[in-house]
Amino acid sequence: MTTNHCTVLIIGGGPAGLAAALELKHLGIDNIKIVEREAEIGGVPRFCHHTGFGLRDLRRVYSGPAYAREYQAKIAKAKIEVLTSTTVTGWTGPRQVQMTSPTGIREMAAQAILLATGCRERPAAARLVPGNRPAGIFTTGSLQRFIYGAEQSIGHRAIVVGAELVSLSAVLTLHHAQIPVAQMITEHPAHQIDWPFIPALWYATRRLGSKVTTQTEVSRILGHKRVEAIELTSLKTGEVETVACDTIVFTGKWIAEHELARLGDLQMDKATSGPQVDGALHTSTPGVFAAGNLLRGAETADHAALEGRHAAHSIAHFLVNAFWPQSGVAFCVEAPLAWVAPNRVFTSLATPPMGKFLFQVQQFCSRSQLHVYQGDRLLHSQTFARLIPNCSYRLDSQWLAGVDGQGAPLRMTVDSRSA
Amino acid sequence: MDDQNLYDIAVIGAGVVGAAIARELAKYELRCVLLEAGHDVGAGTSKASTSIWHTGFDATPGTLEARLMRRSYELMGDYIAKAGIPVERTGAILVAWTEEQHQSLPTLLARAHTNGVTDVRLMSAEEIYQREPYLNQGALGGLYVPGEAIFCTFTLPLAYATQAIVNGVTLKLNFPVRQIQRDLDGVYTVQSPESSVRCRYIVNAAGLYGDEIDRLLGYNRFTVTPRRGELIVFDKLARRLVNHILLPVPTSITKGVLISPTVFGNVLLGPTAEDLPDKTDTATTAAGLHMLLDKGKALITQLVDEEVTAIYAGLRPATEHKDYQIFAHPAECYVCVGGIRSTGVSASLGIAEYVVALLAAAQLPLNPKPEFKPVQMPNIGEAAQRPYQSAALIAENPDYGRMICFCERVSVGEVIDAAHSPIPADTLDGLRRRTRVLQGRCQGFNCHAAVATLLARERGQTIQQLLSL
Ligand SMILES: Cc1cc2nc3c(=O)[nH]c(=O)nc-3n(C[C@H](O)[C@H](O)[C@H](O)COP(=O)(O)OP(=O)(O)OC[C@H]3O[C@@H](n4cnc5c(N)ncnc54)[C@H](O)[C@@H]3O)c2cc1C
Ligand SMILES: Cc1cc2nc3c(=O)[nH]c(=O)nc-3n(C[C@H](O)[C@H](O)[C@H](O)COP(=O)(O)OP(=O)(O)OC[C@H]3O[C@@H](n4cnc5c(N)ncnc54)[C@H](O)[C@@H]3O)c2cc1C
Repeated sequence: MTTNHCTVLIIGGGPAGLAAALELKHLGIDNIKIVEREAEIGGVPRFCHHTGFGLRDLRRVYSGPAYAREYQAKIAKAKIEVLTSTTVTGWTGPRQVQMTSPTGIREMAAQAILLATGCRERPAAARLVPGNRPAGIFTTGSLQRFIYGAEQSIGHRAIVVGAELVSLSAVLTLHHAQIPVAQMITEHPAHQIDWPFIPALWYATRRLGSKVTTQTEVSRILGHKRVEAIELTSLKTGEVETVACDTIVFTGKWIAEHELARLGDLQMDKATSGPQVDGALHTSTPGVFAAGNLLRGAETADHAALEGRHAAHSIAHFLVNAFWPQSGVAFCVEAPLAWVAPNRVFTSLATPPMGKFLFQVQQFCSRSQLHVYQGDRLLHSQTFARLIPNCSYRLDSQWLAGVDGQGAPLRMTVDSRSA
Repeated sequence: MDDQNLYDIAVIGAGVVGAAIARELAKYELRCVLLEAGHDVGAGTSKASTSIWHTGFDATPGTLEARLMRRSYELMGDYIAKAGIPVERTGAILVAWTEEQHQSLPTLLARAHTNGVTDVRLMSAEEIYQREPYLNQGALGGLYVPGEAIFCTFTLPLAYATQAIVNGVTLKLNFPVRQIQRDLDGVYTVQSPESSVRCRYIVNAAGLYGDEIDRLLGYNRFTVTPRRGELIVFDKLARRLVNHILLPVPTSITKGVLISPTVFGNVLLGPTAEDLPDKTDTATTAAGLHMLLDKGKALITQLVDEEVTAIYAGLRPATEHKDYQIFAHPAECYVCVGGIRSTGVSASLGIAEYVVALLAAAQLPLNPKPEFKPVQMPNIGEAAQRPYQSAALIAENPDYGRMICFCERVSVGEVIDAAHSPIPADTLDGLRRRTRVLQGRCQGFNCHAAVATLLARERGQTIQQLLSL
């Protein structure tokens, strides 16, 4: 087997990986390689035909495919080497991986590796939805590839499970394929769509006639060959209703595409399902960085891209000074908080991407006071008027200066009225 | 008349049992037809087993089941090696958690030895924890059954049926037998709604519908009551938590809930056991899944922290009798192979050999063919090399290095092969059983559309057909 060498190996050619590569090039680093298992780079946006991409990284609003094309063009122009149809299958050394492509199997050793493998939605089985397993069950990801990728109509009447941002993306995709969406189902007491996306929700409900059904869970899928109906159970009253449909789209409930991270024995953060990283996006393994949706499920693409850029700067530092933080403290959340990322603090110098930590809550909270403690010591408090589950919020980071890098773990709590 | 439609023998049902019988018959100069109601081989109960290659150590001594499992075990090792059936010889540990269970171990040991499974031995709790460090505390001891193994419940029936076809058996899919008549010359007419075949001998291997076929032939001696078993498949990242098949101490009703690695590198938890009236109800239930998670948590807590990749249910063709319902009627040229409840995958070769012996005794002329062609199935197991790992294969055909299903690491080349194999994959589920596509952790988030597009192209179908729209 041939072992190739490069300075920086970027695994995953989505917005995070591509933005990192461009920034590294800009910082004067050569011999960067991007490995992408799909036939082309661009990542998930290639299949999101609606608008809303690129505001903060490219300072213009694009549709998903146009945004992906813009990155493809920039990468080509920067003459960064891209290995497409190439899947990284495992590790053969601390900074060495194995990959398969139509040209064969090879190993690649690098001075630094960036993991930017993205995330996926949990499908029906992972949510333990009982019932049958007929055709007609999708995630937003699989749906978009049928409708925008293969240009195929795949159903007549749909139910969307979820009422968050990505669920809207599913509704718009179904609308594009002329498949009416009867309902968007959510376990929460309300939809989880915040400004500036409320107009899109209005469009989906008022113009397209999809109804948001709250405090309801999917209790069964019915149908033999093809989905025939979905059984819904009210979490409030226990009432059970069967709704006829032939298509069910499970949206959201992200999980990091973390197989490589785990196969490499990186320390993981249970709450995000991604690898633990500090503000500079160092993982627990020297030379291995992580960025993008792998860190904590889906954010908008521009956020993932900016994280990629942030990682590029950390990688450039590492290539020069070979410094890797050894100790550090974990940063955990307490319920009803869901997760925080980055979730490890090594030094106060490692500020997180764009100077903010991201976090989410598990349930609606209003007038919330967030507190960050190290042991019993209060480091930071911040007020939020309203916190919506499945929406990310930004926590300031100037308190990092007060962290004792050898001290107790950091924890974040919230005092609020549950709405 | 030279009757193209007149066969020496028809086997009804292409599950693992019927396919094994057809394969055994293919060794002889016979015109044999294998009739299957469904659109594929092995798509009934056989695809929903726990995929354990049982030794028969815990079978009731003296039963036909015990005898045929034992015989099958002797034959299977050689067969699966030659046919390339994925297998891992993990061994099983039967774990006792209560004093009562612990005290029953010597009886179970004696039974294993009576059944001829002589390598079974008692195992101390200490050794159990050495071998299974993630097992929760509290095990008192156990039985070690080195011969129990995991193999592939998808590949096995396909291998049998493929070898049968390659050696001259006719396979008729989409042939649900609805009527059977026998004329004065002793020729049967076996009818489906759309066509019919004629034959001299009949083997009934219709699984859940074995009782109904038996009644069409005038018998009324057993009723199949489907016994549903629900299962949870955990992510491959859980595989490191389990080294052996972990069996509970069986009760008289069921073998109980077990934890087992799979040949695909996942971990299986199940099955439940629940009698049902409906022979098509392969739905999972909230109650069943919760029960399994509770049991799983009690056995290996870390297991249930891992992601769930799939959930499914299978229906065991249970009858009011404990033993297999195999009967020969030489005058009627009929053999009934019913009630192959919970061990049929393991016992299939033994059953097939026994059934063919019964047919010989019923005067079916058996003249061996000069040649019995072997088949080699594509490997889809983790223990042997897969195409994406083979530099030589990829050099020969780059499509073996072109991944289409990333989670399961299936290449375009394998999908194309499966679409053009002797029993081609005509549905996404059939393709899944042949290649593993779409059965991984993302369940199609990445590759559902790509796989459907490729299969549609290769089979001349539309995507709507593949999605049953
Ligand atoms: C349905 C949907 C709608 C969305 N709508 C919007 C929107 O309107 N606006 C917006 O800004 N954002 C939107 N997003 C979010 C946006 O698409 C993501 O934030 C962005 O793609 C994340 O970039 P990433 O690089 O982290 O991951 P990805 O884009 O997922 O890229 C990861 C890449 O890594 C590759 N990869 C993974 N593992 C391996 C491996 N082992 N070997 C080789 N390659 C590998 C994958 O093939 C993939 O191309 C949407 C997302 C979805 C799913
Ligand atoms: C949950 C579960 C776990 C199990 N675990 C194991 C295990 O670990 N190891 C093991 O050895 N065994 C196991 N078993 C048992 C094993 O799966 C069965 O014994 C075996 O699959 C039975 O095979 P069969 O060919 O008799 O039935 P089937 O696979 O059901 O095949 C019968 C075939 O006949 C066809 N058919 C029916 N009616 C007609 C008709 N009228 N005309 C034409 N065709 C017809 C059906 O379509 C079907 O394909 C398990 C079973 C279950 C349900």
